[in-house]
Amino acid sequence: MKVAVIVFPGSNCDRDMHHVLTDVFHLDSQLVWHTDELPKNIDAIVLPGGFSYGDRLRAGVIAAHSPVIKDVKKMAERGMPVLGVCNGFQILVESGLLPGALLKNTSLNFMCKWTEIIVKNNKTPFTNKFKLDQRIPIAIANGEGRYYADDVTLKSLKKNNQIVFTYAEDVNGASLGIAGICNKAGNVVGMMPHPERSAEQIINPKNAKPASLIFESLLSTLGVMA
Amino acid sequence: MPSFKVNVIIENKPEIVDPEGDTIFNDLILKDKKTTIKKVRSAKMLRFVIDAKSKESAEKTVLDTCNEFRIYNPLVSKVSVETLKV
Repeated sequence: MKVAVIVFPGSNCDRDMHHVLTDVFHLDSQLVWHTDELPKNIDAIVLPGGFSYGDRLRAGVIAAHSPVIKDVKKMAERGMPVLGVCNGFQILVESGLLPGALLKNTSLNFMCKWTEIIVKNNKTPFTNKFKLDQRIPIAIANGEGRYYADDVTLKSLKKNNQIVFTYAEDVNGASLGIAGICNKAGNVVGMMPHPERSAEQIINPKNAKPASLIFESLLSTLGVMA
Repeated sequence: MPSFKVNVIIENKPEIVDPEGDTIFNDLILKDKKTTIKKVRSAKMLRFVIDAKSKESAEKTVLDTCNEFRIYNPLVSKVSVETLKV
Protein backbone atom coordinates (compact mmCIF):
# COMPACT_ATOMS: atom_id res chain seq x y z
CA MET A 1 0.00 0.00 0.00
CA LYS A 2 1.45 3.34 -1.03
CA VAL A 3 0.90 6.71 0.62
CA ALA A 4 1.87 9.98 -1.08
CA VAL A 5 3.19 12.72 1.21
CA ILE A 6 2.96 16.01 -0.66
CA VAL A 7 5.86 18.42 -0.23
CA PHE A 8 5.44 22.15 -0.76
CA PRO A 9 8.08 24.88 -0.52
CA GLY A 10 8.13 25.45 3.24
CA SER A 11 6.78 22.08 4.35
CA ASN A 12 8.76 20.98 7.40
CA CYS A 13 6.89 17.97 8.74
CA ASP A 14 7.09 15.95 5.53
CA ARG A 15 10.09 13.88 6.66
CA ASP A 16 8.53 13.22 10.07
CA MET A 17 5.36 12.01 8.39
CA HIS A 18 7.33 9.90 5.93
CA HIS A 19 9.31 8.39 8.83
CA VAL A 20 6.21 7.47 10.82
CA LEU A 21 4.41 6.00 7.83
CA THR A 22 7.46 4.06 6.66
CA ASP A 23 9.45 3.12 9.75
CA VAL A 24 6.70 2.84 12.36
CA PHE A 25 3.70 1.63 10.38
CA HIS A 26 5.58 -0.05 7.51
CA LEU A 27 3.65 1.62 4.70
CA ASP A 28 5.28 2.41 1.38
CA SER A 29 5.44 6.19 1.66
CA GLN A 30 6.59 8.44 -1.17
CA LEU A 31 7.40 12.14 -1.00
CA VAL A 32 5.79 13.99 -3.93
CA TRP A 33 6.89 17.49 -4.92
CA HIS A 34 4.01 19.92 -5.38
CA THR A 35 4.64 20.50 -9.09
CA ASP A 36 4.69 16.78 -9.89
CA GLU A 37 1.73 14.60 -10.73
CA LEU A 38 0.56 12.12 -8.15
CA PRO A 39 1.92 8.62 -8.72
CA LYS A 40 -0.72 6.39 -10.30
CA ASN A 41 -0.62 3.54 -7.78
CA ILE A 42 -1.23 5.39 -4.51
CA ASP A 43 -3.84 4.41 -1.94
CA ALA A 44 -3.85 7.47 0.33
CA ILE A 45 -2.56 11.05 0.43
CA VAL A 46 -1.12 13.07 3.31
CA LEU A 47 -0.57 16.83 3.28
CA PRO A 48 1.96 17.44 6.05
CA GLY A 49 2.53 20.41 8.31
CA GLY A 50 4.88 23.32 7.89
CA PHE A 51 4.83 26.82 6.52
CA SER A 52 4.17 26.51 2.81
CA TYR A 53 5.25 29.71 1.06
CA GLY A 54 6.08 31.17 4.46
CA ASP A 55 2.36 31.53 5.25
CA ARG A 56 2.37 34.51 2.86
CA LEU A 57 -1.08 36.05 2.32
CA ARG A 58 -2.76 33.41 4.47
CA ALA A 59 -1.58 30.04 5.69
CA GLY A 60 -2.12 27.45 2.96
CA VAL A 61 -3.71 29.65 0.31
CA ILE A 62 -0.81 29.75 -2.16
CA ALA A 63 -0.10 26.03 -1.82
CA ALA A 64 -3.79 25.40 -2.50
CA HIS A 65 -3.15 26.60 -6.06
CA SER A 66 -0.31 24.11 -6.61
CA PRO A 67 -0.60 21.80 -9.65
CA VAL A 68 -0.74 18.68 -7.46
CA ILE A 69 -3.87 19.90 -5.69
CA LYS A 70 -5.91 19.27 -8.85
CA ASP A 71 -4.89 15.62 -8.61
CA VAL A 72 -5.61 15.57 -4.87
CA LYS A 73 -9.12 16.88 -5.57
CA LYS A 74 -9.72 14.19 -8.19
CA MET A 75 -8.57 11.45 -5.82
CA ALA A 76 -10.65 12.90 -2.98
CA GLU A 77 -13.75 12.86 -5.19
CA ARG A 78 -13.08 9.19 -5.91
CA GLY A 79 -13.07 8.45 -2.18
CA MET A 80 -9.33 8.10 -1.54
CA PRO A 81 -8.34 8.78 2.10
CA VAL A 82 -6.73 12.22 2.37
CA LEU A 83 -5.26 13.55 5.62
CA GLY A 84 -4.14 17.15 6.11
CA VAL A 85 -2.15 17.94 9.25
CA CYS A 86 -1.67 21.52 10.47
CA ASN A 87 -0.55 23.39 7.34
CA GLY A 88 -2.00 20.47 5.40
CA PHE A 89 -5.37 21.16 7.04
CA GLN A 90 -5.04 24.82 6.13
CA ILE A 91 -4.33 23.84 2.50
CA LEU A 92 -7.37 21.54 2.42
CA VAL A 93 -9.55 24.40 3.66
CA GLU A 94 -8.07 26.93 1.25
CA SER A 95 -8.48 24.53 -1.68
CA GLY A 96 -12.18 24.12 -0.86
CA LEU A 97 -11.89 20.43 0.02
CA LEU A 98 -12.98 21.25 3.57
CA PRO A 99 -15.24 24.09 4.75
CA GLY A 100 -14.40 26.95 7.10
CA ALA A 101 -11.27 28.96 7.79
CA LEU A 102 -8.22 28.82 10.03
CA LEU A 103 -7.53 32.14 11.71
CA LYS A 104 -4.79 33.43 13.96
CA ASN A 105 -4.98 32.00 17.48
CA THR A 106 -6.73 34.35 19.87
CA SER A 107 -3.44 34.69 21.78
CA LEU A 108 -1.80 35.89 18.52
CA ASN A 109 1.06 33.62 19.57
CA PHE A 110 2.53 30.59 17.93
CA MET A 111 1.65 27.77 20.28
CA CYS A 112 3.69 24.62 20.69
CA LYS A 113 2.61 22.26 23.43
CA TRP A 114 0.95 19.00 24.38
CA THR A 115 -2.78 18.91 24.64
CA GLU A 116 -5.63 16.41 24.42
CA ILE A 117 -8.21 16.03 21.71
CA ILE A 118 -11.42 14.02 21.79
CA VAL A 119 -12.67 11.78 18.99
CA LYS A 120 -16.13 12.84 17.87
CA ASN A 121 -16.40 10.82 14.67
CA ASN A 122 -14.95 7.31 14.55
CA LYS A 123 -16.19 6.48 11.08
CA THR A 124 -13.43 8.10 9.02
CA PRO A 125 -10.45 6.29 7.47
CA PHE A 126 -8.26 7.90 10.14
CA THR A 127 -10.43 7.31 13.22
CA ASN A 128 -12.11 3.93 12.75
CA LYS A 129 -9.93 2.27 15.42
CA PHE A 130 -11.07 4.71 18.14
CA LYS A 131 -13.96 4.61 20.52
CA LEU A 132 -16.21 7.66 20.49
CA ASP A 133 -15.04 10.31 22.95
CA GLN A 134 -11.66 8.62 23.31
CA ARG A 135 -8.96 11.11 24.30
CA ILE A 136 -5.68 11.50 22.43
CA PRO A 137 -2.60 13.12 24.02
CA ILE A 138 -1.11 14.98 21.07
CA ALA A 139 1.27 17.77 20.06
CA ILE A 140 0.00 21.05 18.65
CA ALA A 141 2.19 23.66 16.98
CA ASN A 142 0.62 26.49 15.03
CA GLY A 143 0.00 30.22 14.81
CA GLU A 144 -3.09 30.14 12.58
CA GLY A 145 -4.95 27.21 14.02
CA ARG A 146 -8.18 28.73 15.26
CA TYR A 147 -10.86 26.92 13.29
CA TYR A 148 -13.73 29.21 12.37
CA ALA A 149 -16.99 28.61 10.58
CA ASP A 150 -20.21 30.61 10.53
CA ASP A 151 -23.32 29.33 12.25
CA VAL A 152 -24.78 27.82 9.08
CA THR A 153 -21.58 25.90 8.37
CA LEU A 154 -21.26 24.73 11.98
CA LYS A 155 -24.83 23.48 11.92
CA SER A 156 -24.09 21.61 8.72
CA LEU A 157 -20.87 20.12 10.19
CA LYS A 158 -22.81 18.84 13.20
CA LYS A 159 -25.69 17.51 11.14
CA ASN A 160 -23.38 15.60 8.79
CA ASN A 161 -21.10 14.29 11.55
CA GLN A 162 -18.13 16.19 10.10
CA ILE A 163 -16.59 17.23 13.41
CA VAL A 164 -13.86 14.62 13.87
CA PHE A 165 -11.84 15.99 16.80
CA THR A 166 -12.43 18.64 19.47
CA TYR A 167 -9.96 20.00 22.00
CA ALA A 168 -10.38 18.87 25.60
CA GLU A 169 -9.47 22.43 26.66
CA ASP A 170 -9.82 25.80 24.93
CA VAL A 171 -6.38 26.22 23.36
CA ASN A 172 -7.00 28.82 20.69
CA GLY A 173 -10.63 30.00 20.59
CA ALA A 174 -11.72 27.59 17.83
CA SER A 175 -15.43 27.44 17.01
CA LEU A 176 -16.99 24.64 19.09
CA GLY A 177 -13.43 23.75 20.12
CA ILE A 178 -12.90 22.09 16.77
CA ALA A 179 -9.47 20.51 16.21
CA GLY A 180 -10.33 18.52 13.09
CA ILE A 181 -13.10 18.02 10.56
CA CYS A 182 -13.88 15.90 7.54
CA ASN A 183 -15.76 16.36 4.28
CA LYS A 184 -19.32 15.08 3.92
CA ALA A 185 -18.12 11.77 2.48
CA GLY A 186 -15.72 11.38 5.42
CA ASN A 187 -12.63 10.44 3.37
CA VAL A 188 -10.93 13.86 3.60
CA VAL A 189 -9.83 14.72 7.14
CA GLY A 190 -8.02 17.85 8.31
CA MET A 191 -6.60 18.32 11.80
CA MET A 192 -4.42 20.97 13.42
CA PRO A 193 -2.61 18.69 15.95
CA HIS A 194 0.34 16.56 14.83
CA PRO A 195 -0.18 12.78 15.03
CA GLU A 196 3.21 12.19 13.39
CA ARG A 197 4.87 13.87 16.39
CA SER A 198 2.82 11.88 18.87
CA ALA A 199 2.61 8.30 17.67
CA GLU A 200 5.91 7.01 19.06
CA GLN A 201 6.41 6.52 22.78
CA ILE A 202 10.01 7.72 22.61
CA ILE A 203 8.85 11.26 21.69
CA ASN A 204 5.50 11.33 23.47
CA PRO A 205 5.80 12.13 27.19
CA LYS A 206 2.25 10.89 27.79
CA ASN A 207 0.71 7.95 25.93
CA ALA A 208 1.54 7.42 22.26
CA LYS A 209 -0.95 4.60 21.69
CA PRO A 210 -4.02 6.77 21.04
CA ALA A 211 -2.24 8.94 18.44
CA SER A 212 -0.89 5.80 16.77
CA LEU A 213 -4.49 4.68 16.24
CA ILE A 214 -4.84 7.44 13.62
CA PHE A 215 -2.32 5.55 11.49
CA GLU A 216 -3.65 2.14 12.50
CA SER A 217 -7.06 3.32 11.34
CA LEU A 218 -5.55 4.06 7.93
CA LEU A 219 -3.91 0.61 7.91
CA SER A 220 -7.28 -0.92 8.68
CA THR A 221 -8.95 1.14 5.94
CA LEU A 222 -6.34 0.01 3.43
CA GLY A 223 -6.80 -3.60 4.48
CA VAL A 224 -3.29 -3.97 5.89
CA MET A 225 -4.51 -4.84 9.38
CA ALA A 226 -7.82 -5.90 10.86
CA MET B 1 -3.45 52.91 -21.60
CA PRO B 2 -3.44 54.61 -18.20
CA SER B 3 -2.13 52.92 -15.07
CA PHE B 4 -4.02 52.68 -11.79
CA LYS B 5 -3.10 51.81 -8.25
CA VAL B 6 -5.86 49.66 -6.79
CA ASN B 7 -5.61 49.21 -3.04
CA VAL B 8 -7.46 46.12 -1.89
CA ILE B 9 -8.32 46.19 1.80
CA ILE B 10 -9.11 42.81 3.30
CA GLU B 11 -10.73 42.84 6.71
CA ASN B 12 -12.48 40.20 8.69
CA LYS B 13 -16.26 40.42 8.95
CA PRO B 14 -17.57 42.18 12.07
CA GLU B 15 -18.58 38.96 13.78
CA ILE B 16 -15.02 37.60 13.63
CA VAL B 17 -12.95 38.16 16.76
CA ASP B 18 -10.02 40.48 15.97
CA PRO B 19 -7.43 40.00 18.74
CA GLU B 20 -4.88 42.23 16.97
CA GLY B 21 -7.28 45.16 16.69
CA ASP B 22 -8.50 44.59 20.24
CA THR B 23 -4.94 44.60 21.59
CA ILE B 24 -4.08 47.83 19.77
CA PHE B 25 -7.28 49.40 21.06
CA ASN B 26 -7.19 48.18 24.66
CA ASP B 27 -3.48 48.11 25.38
CA LEU B 28 -2.26 51.09 23.40
CA ILE B 29 -4.96 53.59 22.56
CA LEU B 30 -7.18 53.36 25.63
CA LYS B 31 -4.15 53.32 27.92
CA ASP B 32 -3.26 56.72 26.49
CA LYS B 33 -6.81 57.86 27.30
CA LYS B 34 -7.80 58.51 23.66
CA THR B 35 -11.40 58.00 24.65
CA THR B 36 -12.92 59.45 21.49
CA ILE B 37 -11.61 56.45 19.56
CA LYS B 38 -14.22 53.76 19.92
CA LYS B 39 -12.88 50.75 18.04
CA VAL B 40 -9.91 49.45 16.07
CA ARG B 41 -10.09 46.68 13.50
CA SER B 42 -6.99 45.26 11.85
CA ALA B 43 -6.87 44.62 8.10
CA LYS B 44 -4.46 43.74 5.32
CA MET B 45 -3.88 45.99 2.32
CA LEU B 46 -2.58 44.81 -1.04
CA ARG B 47 -1.68 47.37 -3.73
CA PHE B 48 -2.12 46.27 -7.33
CA VAL B 49 -0.65 48.41 -10.12
CA ILE B 50 -2.58 47.74 -13.30
CA ASP B 51 -2.95 49.09 -16.85
CA ALA B 52 -6.62 49.52 -17.70
CA LYS B 53 -8.95 51.58 -19.88
CA SER B 54 -10.78 53.05 -16.90
CA LYS B 55 -10.97 53.07 -13.13
CA GLU B 56 -13.98 50.77 -13.26
CA SER B 57 -12.19 48.33 -15.54
CA ALA B 58 -9.14 48.33 -13.25
CA GLU B 59 -11.25 47.62 -10.18
CA LYS B 60 -13.19 44.85 -11.92
CA THR B 61 -10.02 43.12 -13.10
CA VAL B 62 -8.47 43.31 -9.64
CA LEU B 63 -11.58 42.08 -7.85
CA ASP B 64 -12.05 39.24 -10.36
CA THR B 65 -8.41 38.28 -9.74
CA CYS B 66 -8.94 38.37 -5.97
CA ASN B 67 -11.89 36.03 -6.35
CA GLU B 68 -10.15 33.72 -8.82
CA PHE B 69 -7.11 33.22 -6.60
CA ARG B 70 -9.02 33.32 -3.33
CA ILE B 71 -6.96 36.30 -2.19
CA TYR B 72 -9.50 36.60 0.61
CA ASN B 73 -11.63 33.94 2.23
CA PRO B 74 -15.23 35.05 1.61
CA LEU B 75 -16.42 33.09 4.63
CA VAL B 76 -14.54 35.28 7.06
CA SER B 77 -13.38 38.37 5.17
CA LYS B 78 -14.74 41.23 3.07
CA VAL B 79 -12.85 43.43 0.63
CA SER B 80 -13.08 47.05 -0.37
CA VAL B 81 -11.06 48.91 -2.98
CA GLU B 82 -9.60 52.36 -3.31
CA THR B 83 -8.31 53.33 -6.75
CA LEU B 84 -5.92 56.07 -7.78
CA LYS B 85 -4.73 56.99 -11.26
CA VAL B 86 -0.93 56.80 -11.44
